[in-house]
Amino acid sequence: MKLNGEQYHDRVTAWLTGFAIFWSLLGMASGVYVAAELVWPTIDFGHEWLSYGRLRNLHTNTVIFGFGISALMATAFYSVQRTCHVPLFAPRLAWFCALGWQAGMLGGGISLLAGWNGGKEYAELEWPFDIAIAVIWISFAIVFFGTIAKRRIQPIYVSNWFYGALIIVVAMLHIVNSLAIPVTWSKSYSLFAGTQDAVVQWWYGHNAVGFLLTGGFLGMLYYFLPKHADRPIWSYRLSIIAFWAFTYSYIWAGPHHLHYNAVPEWVQSLGMVMSLVLLAPSWATLVNGVMTVAGAWEKLRTDPALKFIVLSLAFYGLATFEGPMMAIKSVNVVSHFTDWTIGHVHSGALGWNALITFGTFYFLLPRLVGAELYSTRLANWHFWLALAGVMLYVLAMWGAGVSQGLLWLSLDEIGELSYSFKDIMASMKPYYALRMVAGFTFFAGAVLMAFNLWMTAKGRRIVCIAPPPPVREGA
Amino acid sequence: MKAFDLHRKLERHSGLLIFGILFVSAIGGLVQVLPTVLDARLVTPAPTALPYDPVALTGRDIYIRESCGTCHSQQVRPLLAEVRRYGPFSKAEEFAFDRPFLWGSKRTGPDLHRIAGKYSDAWHRIHLLNPRAVVPDSIMPAYPWLAERPADSGKNIQAKMRALRRLGHPYTDADIEAAPGALQGLTEVDALVAYLQGLGMPGPGGAP
Ligand code: HEC
Ligand code: HEM
Repeated sequence: MKLNGEQYHDRVTAWLTGFAIFWSLLGMASGVYVAAELVWPTIDFGHEWLSYGRLRNLHTNTVIFGFGISALMATAFYSVQRTCHVPLFAPRLAWFCALGWQAGMLGGGISLLAGWNGGKEYAELEWPFDIAIAVIWISFAIVFFGTIAKRRIQPIYVSNWFYGALIIVVAMLHIVNSLAIPVTWSKSYSLFAGTQDAVVQWWYGHNAVGFLLTGGFLGMLYYFLPKHADRPIWSYRLSIIAFWAFTYSYIWAGPHHLHYNAVPEWVQSLGMVMSLVLLAPSWATLVNGVMTVAGAWEKLRTDPALKFIVLSLAFYGLATFEGPMMAIKSVNVVSHFTDWTIGHVHSGALGWNALITFGTFYFLLPRLVGAELYSTRLANWHFWLALAGVMLYVLAMWGAGVSQGLLWLSLDEIGELSYSFKDIMASMKPYYALRMVAGFTFFAGAVLMAFNLWMTAKGRRIVCIAPPPPVREGA
Repeated sequence: MKAFDLHRKLERHSGLLIFGILFVSAIGGLVQVLPTVLDARLVTPAPTALPYDPVALTGRDIYIRESCGTCHSQQVRPLLAEVRRYGPFSKAEEFAFDRPFLWGSKRTGPDLHRIAGKYSDAWHRIHLLNPRAVVPDSIMPAYPWLAERPADSGKNIQAKMRALRRLGHPYTDADIEAAPGALQGLTEVDALVAYLQGLGMPGPGGAP
């Protein structure tokens, strides 16, 4: 790695990209499998490691923490060097962070299948993994902020605020929510109980979504979208306002996961109001993004990577509108506990997170190895498979969710329940089958991407790039 | 504008930026979550409530291990249809011994908070080992392995109860002493059924 003079450390980004693709394939394959289990419940063959509950935990953890975090680490390392004009601080620590995370996810994934489970959503990993995650996360923080501290350009670029918020807030949430008393290696009891545990958990759960799946990926957007469209961010001021409003208001919204549950009324109401407020900063960023690409529309015809990113913005807009609506108590009465939530999650997860990451990888990997993308045609195929997959997925879950919500609550004229739970469950089959096909379609597209990027990178070396010579800050 | 001048400072000092983010993002938690965590009323058990006995506690931990909560909620909302379908709505005082809470966020299957007494033990056993034996259309997974394993295979029930006692659950030395005996000869499915049959009832774990 060491030649004469400084170089960006891009090998770690390339490896993290590869790991992220691996996790995305594994995560989506397990997603398709659990989707299929809801259609054919016996395909676990009575084997506990294939059982729905455990496999679903593998799915959520591999997609969010395996795929999502690896992609965020890859792009954070890449962009922080370029926005600071210096190589990574402590590159060995960056490797520790990257590889440690993969080892943790691998061990963690196996432990989930073996039934180790803390029992809290998105925090299922047991305490040994919680500690490992905290250690690796701190190394991530040191590398990232260390690089910023030695930067050669004065202003810290917007993307770095979002990545920074990801690192700081997720550390805070993870540490508090994981507090527990260990009993054995595979078992611990939460420090919080009942209602208090619920409020802490959804403070964590909602903001893990907020600062990781929204904020972290906005960091990706703010760096790669302008690069890609070859235009500066439309409004710098808007990005400042949106960032701070986002960071302040997101944290309050967790209790919308607990409407009409046994938590104090004021907590629920506050959660609802702040969820509605959240629409403003979310859409401010949307406007900023769309205005940034406006004027580069002609690139959309030739550049499949940009198409992914623009489509992801559309789904970002959709999901950040739908979320606040679902946080309104009278809507939530219908949507809570149903597949509507699952549809909402996946319009964000597939439509926003996965698509923006795919677009970024199509842009990034050819640059890392100094080659053209192996096949634009395949990338276009991927685009249409992904679009079809996510649309069908969301439609199926809207259909399923709205019917569940309304039918469960429906009473006849003498106040008796109109439908039994089992009848409603049995009527879900077509929706679940459609979701399975949709998920498989989306997954198939991702397989094409993996092949395409593999062929692009095969046998090539990472190109060495040096930071630009120091500039004087003036004017 | 003043605000943007302030921001010029923030975006030029990494330390200030870190502090700014930490401060701004902590406010919500301090105002909303901290008071909840300090409000002891929310975790004061109903006067008649007892902590889970060793068998129900073991069953509950199996429920967590198998992630039954990804398909089942344990939270009856105060809505007419919901009370009709499941029973009295859930109250905070009923969950004081729940670590972690298991309210869930998805009802692929029905709510289970008031499941106690709805079916016989025998029904539950058949249902857990093969749901389709009693509900032909069911999409719930089968759990055959629960019948094959002894309930105390981990030999850690006493360690569990001691850990919970440190967190304030009122187990006596005698309770802990007697725990392995209570699990003697039971399988995992027995423990899980015992847990389900106590859910939402007065007594173990339970309601007023
Ligand atoms: C894939 C989702 C799923 C998982 C995981 C699951 N269940 Fe179910 N469960 C269902 C469905 C659907 C029903 C309704 C049909 C039936 O009765 O089988 C149900 C019904 C039940 C019932 C009867 C409720 C009633 O009021 O009729 C009980 C009790 C139950 N499940 C317990 C469990 C336990 C305990 C576990 C974990 C070991 C579990 N379930 C895991 C989906 C699931
Ligand atoms: C491509 C195919 C995918 C398929 C078929 C799929 C399928 C599923 C299924 C069946 C569930 C359980 C739903 C239920 O409880 O009824 C689920 C949950 C979930 N999935 Fe996926 N998934 C896919 C991709 C993704 C991706 C890429 C992400 C994230 C980036 C993601 C994030 C989640 C989350 C967070 C949940 C939990 C939702 C909740 O509990 O509210 N999924 N998925």
